[in-house]
Amino acid sequence: MVRVRYVDADILIIGGGMAGSGAAWEARYWCRNCRVVIAEKANINRSGAVAMGLSAINTYMGLKCKENTVEDYVKYVRGDLMGIVREDLVYDYARHVDSTVHLFDEWGLPIWPNPQTGCYVREGKWQIMIHGESYKAIVAEAARKAVGEENVFNRVMVTHLLKSPSNPNRVVGAIGFNVNDGTVYVFRAKATIVSAGGGSHVYRPRSQGEGLGRAWYPPWSSASSYGLMIEAGAVMTMMEARFVVPRFKDGYGPVGAYQLLLKTKITNAYGQDFWKPHYEEIKKLYSGKGNYPDLPITPTTLRVYAQRLEWMAGRGPSLMRTEETVKKGTESEAIAYEDFLDMTISQVVIWAGQNHEPAERPYEVITTEPYVMGSHATECGAWASGPDDLAPKKIEGLPDDRGYQYYWGYNRMTTLDGLFCAGDGCGANPHKFSSGSFTEGRLAAKSAVLFIMDHSDEKIEVDKAQVDSIITKLMEPLERYERGKYTVVTGPSYMHPIDPTKMYWKQGLFRLQKIMDEYAGGWSTMYVTNEWMLNRALELLQFLKEDFINYAAAQDWHELMRVWELWHRILTAEAVVRHMLFRKETRWPGYYVRADYPALDDENWHVFVNSRYDAKTGKWELWKVPVIHIIPFP
Amino acid sequence: MPSYVIPAKCTGCGDCVNICPSHIMRFTKSGLFGRKAYNAEPEMCWECYNCVKHCPQGAVQIRGYQDFTPMGGAVEVYRDEKTNRVYWTIRYRNGTIKYFVFPIRTTPWGSIKPPTEYPEPPKELLRTPYLSCEHEQLGGNKLGVELPRYKVPEVVKVEVRG
Ligand SMILES: Cc1cc2nc3c(=O)[nH]c(=O)nc-3n(C[C@H](O)[C@H](O)[C@H](O)COP(=O)(O)OP(=O)(O)OC[C@H]3O[C@@H](n4cnc5c(N)ncnc54)[C@H](O)[C@@H]3O)c2cc1C
Ligand code: SF4
Ligand code: SF4
Repeated sequence: MVRVRYVDADILIIGGGMAGSGAAWEARYWCRNCRVVIAEKANINRSGAVAMGLSAINTYMGLKCKENTVEDYVKYVRGDLMGIVREDLVYDYARHVDSTVHLFDEWGLPIWPNPQTGCYVREGKWQIMIHGESYKAIVAEAARKAVGEENVFNRVMVTHLLKSPSNPNRVVGAIGFNVNDGTVYVFRAKATIVSAGGGSHVYRPRSQGEGLGRAWYPPWSSASSYGLMIEAGAVMTMMEARFVVPRFKDGYGPVGAYQLLLKTKITNAYGQDFWKPHYEEIKKLYSGKGNYPDLPITPTTLRVYAQRLEWMAGRGPSLMRTEETVKKGTESEAIAYEDFLDMTISQVVIWAGQNHEPAERPYEVITTEPYVMGSHATECGAWASGPDDLAPKKIEGLPDDRGYQYYWGYNRMTTLDGLFCAGDGCGANPHKFSSGSFTEGRLAAKSAVLFIMDHSDEKIEVDKAQVDSIITKLMEPLERYERGKYTVVTGPSYMHPIDPTKMYWKQGLFRLQKIMDEYAGGWSTMYVTNEWMLNRALELLQFLKEDFINYAAAQDWHELMRVWELWHRILTAEAVVRHMLFRKETRWPGYYVRADYPALDDENWHVFVNSRYDAKTGKWELWKVPVIHIIPFP
Repeated sequence: MPSYVIPAKCTGCGDCVNICPSHIMRFTKSGLFGRKAYNAEPEMCWECYNCVKHCPQGAVQIRGYQDFTPMGGAVEVYRDEKTNRVYWTIRYRNGTIKYFVFPIRTTPWGSIKPPTEYPEPPKELLRTPYLSCEHEQLGGNKLGVELPRYKVPEVVKVEVRG
């Protein structure tokens, strides 16, 4: 028998990572008699992308020290994404991000002070340095205190959103289960915030054995934000902009402190510059209206692309010239090591095993497998309403459908009523990183409070039949396992038993990763794809979807979690492929190249790509939405 | 396997099981010596070291991913919430040892003032762009400047082609 618990909340937060913690804080600040509930798949003290810690805060304006202006920031972010961002959303989180960082400072996060200026030590123009081993633990303390320990549901994975029976456009909560004891939770909420992070393991990771989990983005980033919202029919945006990052080889140690703070060069294998030989070609293909290759900070995607051209010319790999900037036994060595120890310890484990001394030799830098994210140098996620004072209220010449407009009353509300997004889940506003994600959580929560006050006389209805059918679906993989338990005998294998009536999570995951890698611009094809390949990917994904529905099996609660993570990843993958297929140009050549349309095409594609999925029919709809530049462009 | 438990040191307290973000630290079936923790799914381990940091017995260690890490090196950590420092020892395969120590927090654990201890915000400010701690009436202004604004046209006309 399934044990079911109903939980009533004013605001439900799905995922207590950076954005979810920010939402928890702000929701309780504005609404003292609200019950705010966090459903968190792991343990909030160490969950999400910051579970290991971080060594920098990548988004901080420094307004009080007049270090930057918000306008300049929007220009920078817009340039980095080759012209396409929701400037209202970017401006909005950027103008608030400093207060978030000052709160972190007050709470006890060790941010490196700059005694000369009274401000913080800058890593780069927008980044500041922290001793961030306990970053998430500190932020989680604030979230726990804000909502009360009794309202933090650790180890509860949310699998489905709940819709109102009378209004298919209204989200009224979510369903999930405790991954330790299998209790099903039905959360009924007046407002729901999706902050369940980004997606790793949608594409085949570079390491396939024991190191499978060593993706750059953590293996627990299960693309749930997207999977949940796609299935509920929320409009998604920019899913094609899934991206890759240059990182130290195998350990995926970060490059920021080396490049920005220590000013370490990256060269090709022969010590030569990787940018100059390709500048002319890149300029020809990717200048666009924004003249991107000549921006003061070269866009991430173009730098990545130039490096890859070097590798393909046989002059790889890229080498980080640490021997020129790291000196043994000095401050620079402590910085170099802390950068890893705070957020990617594996890199040090590898160096210890390889006897690698950064002060003596350079180290290889490669690009990772692609990730689906909305908070880094990329912008996948839900299409959301902008803020009151920054989003154009109406765009004439376009349909009134929210999927074409920038504003419908509540900041960060998705196209579905009562459903908000934040952090990796919220699209078209990149570069939030940790501080900006927390800030966006705050924005979404404040707006959610306003929403529930405006709708205080609305009764939250949940349909028993709908709930029951979701629970049946949710539990089916367990039952399927029990049903055929004794029919097939196989020995213990690396993967799982072979059984013609079952697909276990790892088998499905490997299938997904192989499709995405080989057809949708993964690392094994050097991130190149074309129309034929993408169509083939869709065909194979359709089989996978059907197999999931008919064969997914789980031996225990833990595997049931893995199975539903897989489902969220599959839906996300389909969105990614459909978006890549729709956008007939190459805008971010470092992230992927559409070989059949290898150039940037501003005439036709200086637009957002939006989509909507209908779970009943399995049909997708995709369309373009113009980019409105609120800050003069170019 | 990325993290592994030394059974003789493990008391079965469950701290590692409780903290692992990947939900892969698990207990063996209780035997003569009680339950022991182990990493049940090493290929979904991120080497985040949380099980290592949170084990009160120092019973969890990491052996680098076999598919790319030569054996014999080690990274050890001791995290102390009283002195608020994290102590690292890096042992190279060739015997080289490096020590590092970094601060982890500047305030005592549990000292954060929750949002509900700030004065209750005036409702009408809900309809302004200010967040908590960004205005004199909202617990002070931690931005250090007046909230930046930008003038945006209310209605934008676009021409739709194709
Ligand atoms: C190695 C690395 C280095 C980085 N370096 C920096 C840096 O130096 N500076 C910086 O500012 N940023 C950095 N970042 C980026 C930053 O960590 C992210 O941008 C930020 O954490 C995103 O916030 P989020 O809340 O959207 O997602 P997360 O913080 O990942 O939170 C998502 C949460 O949702 C939970 N969850 C997932 N699925 C479900 C589900 N189905 N049900 C319930 N809960 C669920 C997860 O457990 C998690 O707690 C780095 C990230 C990584 C991985
Ligand atoms: S935290 Fe340490 S002592 Fe406790 S169960 Fe885990 S390994 Fe054993
Ligand atoms: S290192 Fe991290 S992911 Fe691996 S078992 Fe320990 S806590 Fe879990």
